Amino acid sequence: MTYKGIGVSPGVVVGPVRRIIAQEVSGPVPADISQVLSALTSVAIDLETSAENIELEVAKEVLGAQAMMARDPSVIEVLELALSEGVVFDVRPIIEDAFGGFKEQLLALGGYFAERVSDIDEIQTRLINKLAGIESAGLNLTEPTIVVAEDLTPADTAALNLKFALALVCSHGGATSHTAIVARGLGIPAIVGCAGVMDLSDGTSILVDGRAGEVIVGASDSDIGARTEKESQLRARAEAVSGPGRLSDGAAVQLLGNAGTVEDARAAIKVGAEGIGLFRTELLFLDSQVEPSVDEQVKLYSEVFEVMAGKKVVIRTLDAGSDKPVPYINSIHEENPALGVRGWRLTRTSDGVLNRQLEALAKASAGKDIQLWVMAPMINTPDEAKDFADRVKALGMKVPGVMIETPAAALHADHVLAEVEFGSFGTNDLTQYVMASDRMDSRLSDMTTAWHPSVLRAISLAAQSAAKIGKPVGVCGEAAANSYLAAVLVGLGVSSLSMAPSALPEVRGFLSTVTLDECKAAAAEALNSRSASDAESSARKILESN
Amino acid sequence: MPSQIVAVASKVGLHARPASILVKAAAAAGLAVTIGRPGDKAVNAASLLSVLALGVKNGDSIEVTVADGDNADAVLASIVEIIATDHDE
Repeated sequence: MTYKGIGVSPGVVVGPVRRIIAQEVSGPVPADISQVLSALTSVAIDLETSAENIELEVAKEVLGAQAMMARDPSVIEVLELALSEGVVFDVRPIIEDAFGGFKEQLLALGGYFAERVSDIDEIQTRLINKLAGIESAGLNLTEPTIVVAEDLTPADTAALNLKFALALVCSHGGATSHTAIVARGLGIPAIVGCAGVMDLSDGTSILVDGRAGEVIVGASDSDIGARTEKESQLRARAEAVSGPGRLSDGAAVQLLGNAGTVEDARAAIKVGAEGIGLFRTELLFLDSQVEPSVDEQVKLYSEVFEVMAGKKVVIRTLDAGSDKPVPYINSIHEENPALGVRGWRLTRTSDGVLNRQLEALAKASAGKDIQLWVMAPMINTPDEAKDFADRVKALGMKVPGVMIETPAAALHADHVLAEVEFGSFGTNDLTQYVMASDRMDSRLSDMTTAWHPSVLRAISLAAQSAAKIGKPVGVCGEAAANSYLAAVLVGLGVSSLSMAPSALPEVRGFLSTVTLDECKAAAAEALNSRSASDAESSARKILESN
Repeated sequence: MPSQIVAVASKVGLHARPASILVKAAAAAGLAVTIGRPGDKAVNAASLLSVLALGVKNGDSIEVTVADGDNADAVLASIVEIIATDHDE
């Protein structure tokens, strides 16, 4: 029996399951102010103890901040006022009110501030559990164990004795969840979005393959041996290869880093990336309550250019909307935001924002030692591509390009790419649109992999069109970070791959073991497969045959 | 009550570590410390949630006010210094 999820931290281990089962309070929770305050203090003490015991710096900070929220004098003041008349029948709405005002304000601020709301939610849950006499979901691990849960909060992971945690597996959560961050920090395998694993009973022996994103019940000794062996091989290879991307026959594949901050750019340099293949400019906008000024933008872009001096940097213009709404730009409610006014389409409603961003890019890059490529998201038609290219060139920037992330752009790539200098496949959105499946909906996660032959065919068609007119195409989605898929994309005609810097060494190591002919053969097999899993397994077979 | 306006030096603004450092210092000050945008409502600087909810960004001007009492000027100076320091590095 195999459960499939998203592998978020690589590694192979075998061990017994221990589940963390969240308990929910049902019925009213009566309490008076002294009980509430002492429960609140006790929640704070739990969090402080956890913060002290955990070695991971990121988790320590989150827990420390949560403890401070549990001791927050403004919250205590509100609670004291609301509970001034003795015991109430159900204290829950009062607790929710005391934190609710802050939650609303933080949500309205958006960005990093809004992310704190989940910390507040957790404090409320812990406080109510404490008052209801339910101990929080800590597990006292005393032997090597694979921790299985619906989702793990920072406090959950901190309450675990992590030195006995062999792996973390969650039935919910995505690639950027807290579980992923903690597991990578600890260097243990982790899988999230793994539906069905909560049905396993405690003590069942399972194999966790954090790279493949697979949980296997009843794995054979030879399977365990083979997966362990491959894992160590991959790691050794990633460490052994450095420098620019090369296939084993010497063919060059440019390896670039994805970035959204100056720190990301530094991380890309550290792993030897040949440049930035996707610089996301949303953060600066998401982090602000009003549109950042041209000068503020120039400051950020200049810092990035300094870090990347002499190298290629592909900057994507603001991709606001859909899953990344910017309140002051995407102000109109959309029934279907993924298909709405997002990316370059914002020129229809907020033309000035995009013009000012291009102006800032031109200013920041003027006279700099940098190979600046500028790229627009959500381009559908040759007219849109031309409009973008005209504006970029009018400002003296020489290399405009477009994301190929809609079926329209892929099907019509010969005309679309004729207007610009390059194309870059955004495989996450391209997959979502080709498969007509919301990539945020975990119920559809089997539909949202770029291994689907229909997605690969869209890429193949566009890459062939690009080759005919001599325009380079790259990939800047998650697909580039999967070694096998990266090889298939190269086989389809992609000449550069941009990925999270942390994934780059492994992809570089893997590509150094395959030839261009093998990549092409794997791509041909995958294109002609019946399903995503057939495509993956047939491509892997060819790529691993050497 | 002594008060002073200061620009926030941390890149993330008053969030994460910079906010925690400020709140801890305000809680330990022994005198009531409030912060807010000049001319706007001031909040208790010892309340992390209140400080976060101000949504203060890098470069924003913030007015710090300390209640009258022993050492009020020294407390003000130390809080101002925290806000004027970049804690992200």
